[in-house]
Amino acid sequence: MQKSSRRQEEEVQVHSDLKYSHRLSLYDRPPTEDITLEEFETCAIDRLYVLSEIESCYARNRPFDELKKITKSQCEKHVPLDHNSAITKARDDQRRKDITGHFVLRLAFCRSEELRRRFVKAETTLFRIRYLDASERERRDFCKSGDFDWTQVDESEKSMYAPQLKAAVPDADAKEQYFKVKWTSVPDLVEKRRVFLKDGWAYVPSREQSSIVFQEFQTRLEKALQMTAKALPRMDEDTRLEPILANLSQGFIAGMGSEWGTSENTGEGIRAEMVDELAHKHFPMCMRNLHDNLKRDHHLKHFGRLQYGLFLKVLGLSIEEALAFWRRSFSGYTDDQFNKQYKYNIRHSYGLEGRRANYPAKSCQQILMNDQPGASDSHGCPYRHFSPNNLQTALLSMYSPQGLTEADLPEIMNMVRAEAYHVACTRVYEITHATQNVRKGDGIGSGETITHPNQYARASMALEHAAADGVKVEADGDIVMS
Amino acid sequence: MPSAEIETPTPELMLAFYRRLYPFKSIFKWLNHEHTPSRLFTHREISFTLQNDVYLRYHSFTTADEFKKQTCTLNPTRFEIGPVYTARPRDKKTVRPGAFTPVQRELVFDIDMTDYDGIRTCCSGADICKRCWGFIGAAVRVLDSAIRQQFGYKHLLWVYSGRRGIHLWISDREAMALTDDQRRSLVNFLTVIQGGKEMHKKVNVRPIIKGSSADLPPSIRQALDQLVQPFEDLILLDQDCFRREEGWKELLQLIPDSKIVEKLERKWTDDRSSDDKWADLKDEIKASYPSKATRAPMTHAIEDIVLQYTYPRIDAEVSKHRNHLLKAPFCVHPKTGRICVPIDPEAIDEFDPELVPTVGQLLRELDAAAPETTGEEHSDRERTSLKPYVEMLEKHALGLMSVVRRDRIANDMTW
Ligand SMILES: [Zn+2]
Repeated sequence: MQKSSRRQEEEVQVHSDLKYSHRLSLYDRPPTEDITLEEFETCAIDRLYVLSEIESCYARNRPFDELKKITKSQCEKHVPLDHNSAITKARDDQRRKDITGHFVLRLAFCRSEELRRRFVKAETTLFRIRYLDASERERRDFCKSGDFDWTQVDESEKSMYAPQLKAAVPDADAKEQYFKVKWTSVPDLVEKRRVFLKDGWAYVPSREQSSIVFQEFQTRLEKALQMTAKALPRMDEDTRLEPILANLSQGFIAGMGSEWGTSENTGEGIRAEMVDELAHKHFPMCMRNLHDNLKRDHHLKHFGRLQYGLFLKVLGLSIEEALAFWRRSFSGYTDDQFNKQYKYNIRHSYGLEGRRANYPAKSCQQILMNDQPGASDSHGCPYRHFSPNNLQTALLSMYSPQGLTEADLPEIMNMVRAEAYHVACTRVYEITHATQNVRKGDGIGSGETITHPNQYARASMALEHAAADGVKVEADGDIVMS
Repeated sequence: MPSAEIETPTPELMLAFYRRLYPFKSIFKWLNHEHTPSRLFTHREISFTLQNDVYLRYHSFTTADEFKKQTCTLNPTRFEIGPVYTARPRDKKTVRPGAFTPVQRELVFDIDMTDYDGIRTCCSGADICKRCWGFIGAAVRVLDSAIRQQFGYKHLLWVYSGRRGIHLWISDREAMALTDDQRRSLVNFLTVIQGGKEMHKKVNVRPIIKGSSADLPPSIRQALDQLVQPFEDLILLDQDCFRREEGWKELLQLIPDSKIVEKLERKWTDDRSSDDKWADLKDEIKASYPSKATRAPMTHAIEDIVLQYTYPRIDAEVSKHRNHLLKAPFCVHPKTGRICVPIDPEAIDEFDPELVPTVGQLLRELDAAAPETTGEEHSDRERTSLKPYVEMLEKHALGLMSVVRRDRIANDMTW
């Protein structure tokens, strides 16, 4: 088996009909063949299926393994790419289609910073999945062809920095090989302090080489898109292409499935003065903490306002009510100060100012991972960002009126220690809704775990409505009329 | 102890300051890196805050003279410097939205004393004195050497923020061109203090190997070496952070051995100094963990405490985005009247924020020297205590300009 595939690979070199010898591409050369308008469009649409699915995986916070599985099956369906071992004319067509689709989408997505950012993220993810899936040999060939800017660290330099290398990569052994690259080509490794830095050079262990490749792919694509954007005004004159390109970018935007966007309000007609009561009855701890801080300090810092403000918006607070709520909460400020410093931001988050973007509320994932709270901030996730003692005190003071007791704490704290913050939050939900027949393991219905603060609030409010309407919500989430 | 009475700068003072003292030419050279106006200056956003607090964005200028003229006309309380865009900011309305994006910008840092409010005992909030400036001094030394040695940047300008903090502007070509993602990575690399105000342990930077914490990453080890002395001088002696109950209770929260904590809680009922308490803690650890091999977790805890109390607290958001605006050097702080003067990092410990000249003081110096002058910016400045600070900026700008000249000559040769 091994022998035969090797013989086939060697054959590729002399197989003059096949133009595309590498399965992985940095897309540094556009296809030069003539192309029909129909092929132009189908190549792009097929690729768009894959990219949209990648985006929606991100929106749903799917773990990378799941994302990989989904993407691979989408690729097989729409943009298959056989390995080098298959030497067929079909393989060459596949590769041509892959490259054509990529270049058409560049034209469609280079027009705004937002589209460019999303396209780069999805394409880089696709590349990454294919790279991880490639054979050792395919990777090696690709790295040789890519003209990457790295140099191997020689033994004398390695021994000179031995202690630093050891501290930066504590699980590496003495045999580990290192590559030296500009730190700007491995920002993700720098950020995590997984490399030794000296004079702007990062010393990257060879097993992290893929990081360099991914970053290089991303950087080159970003630059290429900027160039395309500059060249595009001339291209726009081709009136046959314009509607197709416009359609493609529309398709990408529509394909993005965000469950907690702005349209899905939990409750209509929530007024500013109702927020306090709702906070005590229905809010998850992160929002309750922000609410309590706001009430105590009559102020919240930027990220706190953002996290809480978007949550309230999706909860159903109209812009007028939101302005009323924040104005009242910031009681130490004059109208003038409030209007100058805060009003614009609130209107902005409702898409009424600036880019007029419809900002969705932050998910648990975003709250946990982005914008880490500084020393005097109160945003974030209390399960993660409070110290154990403060967390327990806060849990008791917030939720004991709803039935949480000291006896519940050890279980919750175990979850926190295991870094299962969603699970801890879900458990608190179950405990505080026990009087409404929520039992351990029910979650917010059908055993579902909380992944978004608005999901918590909506489930809690739905339970209350159901009780008021005389219906009973079964553990599996079905509503039964009594 | 405030040395000069606080004088809020009046519009008249400000106008005279812009006309006679503000170093527009030096600021131009520093932003532009050469004598002939380039995109680094002409495509650069300047924003003004007017006397009535109206905020004007997207101004830009073709020359230093035009910059000065407009500033004198608007007579702002202060102005801020933004990024270099793909087009002139003042043409923003007429270019395609996609064609107006930030491309270059100095890498900037902001350290503000309020982030040390949980630690310092001498002042709080907006106040600052020579004593708490020690925290800034420690921060400057750590950041300055980290950025020079690890990232290889050479053109660093430290500037007093006019009240209770310090700014850093880095003008190396590579630093100017960093993307927002790269800026974020660099800042996160340098950020050690994390966790909200409800989190006791704010230092969690050790890699976890086989379930236990490993040694510090090399960059933070280097910072720690620089911080051991400031911890002793500042935390233990000057600020005496662990004398009050509040302070030592916070310290004990960071000790991962409940037996030691209980012992010390009993012992520390008297009014012992921080120095003594720190010695007690070290003695207890040695007694409880006689062998060095088992002591590692406690050694780590001690090192992390030193970092938590002295490592630079960076306002990360300021540094992460190219389009963040930051107050220009030599502006006047509207509350204190003090000038945002450059600071030599080598002499950071001698710097006293209370001795920084105020706008009122400078104009009095000018009047005392010669009541009526030509009004020429440069010669006026020579007669005030602003002079050494402007010279510092000039020297810094010359360094940047010589790089451009050297690169140009090198390019000519290869051609
Ligand atoms: Zn002080």
